[in-house]
Amino acid sequence: MNAIAEGLRRVLELDRELWHIVALSLEVSLSAVLIATTLGLPLGAALAVKRFRGRRGVIVVLNALMGLPPVVVGLLVYLLLSRAGPLGELGLLFTPGAMIIAQSVLVLPIIAALARQALEDAWREYEEQLRSLGAREFTAALTLIWDARFSLVTAVLAGLGRAAAEVGAVMIVGGNIDGVTRVMTTAIALETSKGDLPLALGLGFVLIALVLALNAAAQLVKETAERRFG
Amino acid sequence: MGLIRLALGALALAFAAATPAKDKFITVASTTSTEQSGLFKHLLPIFEKKTGIQVRIVAVGTGQALDIGRRGDADVLLVHAKPLEEKFIAEGYGVKRQDVMYNDFVLIGPKSDPARVAGSKDVVAAFQRIKDAQAPFVSRGDRSGTHFAELEMWKLAGIDIAKEKGAWYRDTGQGMGPALNTAAAMNAYILSDRGTWLSFKNRGELAIAVQGDRRLFNQYGVMLVNPARHPHVKVAMGQQLIDWLLSAEGQQAIADYKINGEQLFFPNAGS
Amino acid sequence: MAASILPLVLEDVAYAPRGQPLVRGISLTIEAGPSTIILGANGAGKSVLMRLMHGLLAPTSGRVRWHEVDAASLRRRQAMVFQRPVMLRRSALANVVYALAIAGVPAAEREAQARAALEEVGLRHVAQRPARVLSGGEQQRLALARAWALHPEVLFLDEPTANLDPGAVREIETVIKAFDAAGTKIVMATHNLGQARRLGDEVIYLQAGRVMERSPIDDFFAHPATAEAAAFMKGELPWA
Repeated sequence: MNAIAEGLRRVLELDRELWHIVALSLEVSLSAVLIATTLGLPLGAALAVKRFRGRRGVIVVLNALMGLPPVVVGLLVYLLLSRAGPLGELGLLFTPGAMIIAQSVLVLPIIAALARQALEDAWREYEEQLRSLGAREFTAALTLIWDARFSLVTAVLAGLGRAAAEVGAVMIVGGNIDGVTRVMTTAIALETSKGDLPLALGLGFVLIALVLALNAAAQLVKETAERRFG
Repeated sequence: MGLIRLALGALALAFAAATPAKDKFITVASTTSTEQSGLFKHLLPIFEKKTGIQVRIVAVGTGQALDIGRRGDADVLLVHAKPLEEKFIAEGYGVKRQDVMYNDFVLIGPKSDPARVAGSKDVVAAFQRIKDAQAPFVSRGDRSGTHFAELEMWKLAGIDIAKEKGAWYRDTGQGMGPALNTAAAMNAYILSDRGTWLSFKNRGELAIAVQGDRRLFNQYGVMLVNPARHPHVKVAMGQQLIDWLLSAEGQQAIADYKINGEQLFFPNAGS
Repeated sequence: MAASILPLVLEDVAYAPRGQPLVRGISLTIEAGPSTIILGANGAGKSVLMRLMHGLLAPTSGRVRWHEVDAASLRRRQAMVFQRPVMLRRSALANVVYALAIAGVPAAEREAQARAALEEVGLRHVAQRPARVLSGGEQQRLALARAWALHPEVLFLDEPTANLDPGAVREIETVIKAFDAAGTKIVMATHNLGQARRLGDEVIYLQAGRVMERSPIDDFFAHPATAEAAAFMKGELPWA
């Protein structure tokens, strides 16, 4: 209990530095989730609605990719963005941009796979009616996404949780540079490795509080909208 | 709807605060022990104020730092593994290797001292005694400068540690801090750089067992990544940092860095 | 005036998705005019036949042919109401507007037409209510409004009142009769004899996936031509 109180006190001392770390964590993870959602929802919808050869295989692979180890993703993106790698020209390594890319890769399968599941269930209910009305596949997919938006919020939150919690990917591609690519999780890892456990614990609680706040906000929006639209 | 607007506004604010606006920066690959000692937090503001150049430190193990240099993902390297640095230059990845400063390693051990080495001035003999007593020993095992120094000690003691290790030898593959945590938890011996030890708070029953042996000195070298190999390297700014580190002002700044009144790094450029 | 999409001709249509035929040997012509009831017990193949005619299913053999019309406008001119209405998570009005949008009605006209459709079925007062919180009967009326908003030539109804209480059943039947009076061709599947009597002009009796009989409504009930039809009617309560 003492360690927690001590940790929170130390965390409050950090103020400006902490604010920067928290802001960067939000920027990276929210950007990654935005990208992953923009790509993942249509992907999930397409898989839910279209029938094609090899569909089951794609679904199995997508589900498996949900379990991609963050550190492996980090390593692969690192090799991609390194100057010695194919995309080195972009000079993205050790910048927040690289971290956003790595987390997008990590989170995309989660959002796509969970969206696919939710939308496939919805499609079972809606398919006949939408086809009867004459909706083409593309329109039907969009309608499905919008109508299933409440269960899709859960998929997006799952992705956000993954992004906010991971340290392996952002550590490798970001380099944990003080003031530039240091986020909550890498800061916690650093303080732990320095043996400063109370501070690490304090930062950990700030991170948990942050994720809780985001989830609570999402739930509030969801409930308000549900009341309006059924 | 108002709630959503509020959220988006907060988001935009967060983005603005988080994105560094600097164009004038260089990337320096250095080691975890150096960063964790707090040296950079002390040095770099001085340099940045003088030149306006933001120095971005990627702190990893020495092996990885050199790999970063080979790939051209950094402009300057500051590490402490002289044979590897010279190989780096010889292979054409770096321009010139120059001494900057040294610190020393210390052999840490439990106060109970099962190997009876505390207070000794002979670190190599101490390693021999640790092996003979099969006292618990924690190794970094991560190709870091400290790891290489530890391996060197075993070699000097005439011990082929790869073959002769037993259950008493714990190869953790961790950075200095976590390795010290492990040693504290196990009441084991461990070779550490003085800087990390001085900042380390979780000591448990551990204390310095052996120090001051010349063989424990840890030389730091600085190198510019070779622009012939990697044309995008920021040569001018990188060289500014190197020149400053080697200058009287930089060397003095290094000497001024103290923890609890104790100096950590000893400048020795040009020696 | 565009050509009618009727008559609808089925030529030896069968549907056997996994080898087992659910309907077979269906050859019939649906003309404009009389309300057609597809009658049969559960499992007789009524729903499959409806979907084959509407175009949701493609026959595994045989042909379903509408009278010379292009595929694009065909969708607009025949609509279907299902046993269970499926509404989008939006207001009742928005659901009708959606159907109009899909059909290509210009944006400026959609709301007015949707309101008119709601008015027709007596749902004007719930236009802004979320469609999914309406009662079963109201949702089915909404489905009728949605189907009818495009003024289709043919309206297919697959057991539209099977899940509703008697009051709601009456409301739906009233709306169907109104559409019939307005000129829409009604094709309705039901196993409810009373409803068939109330709404139909002719009966196509289906059993085990085959058409057993087809006759004007009164003839059918007075003198069913096949033994199967007679047996079916004996099993059902006449006032259901």
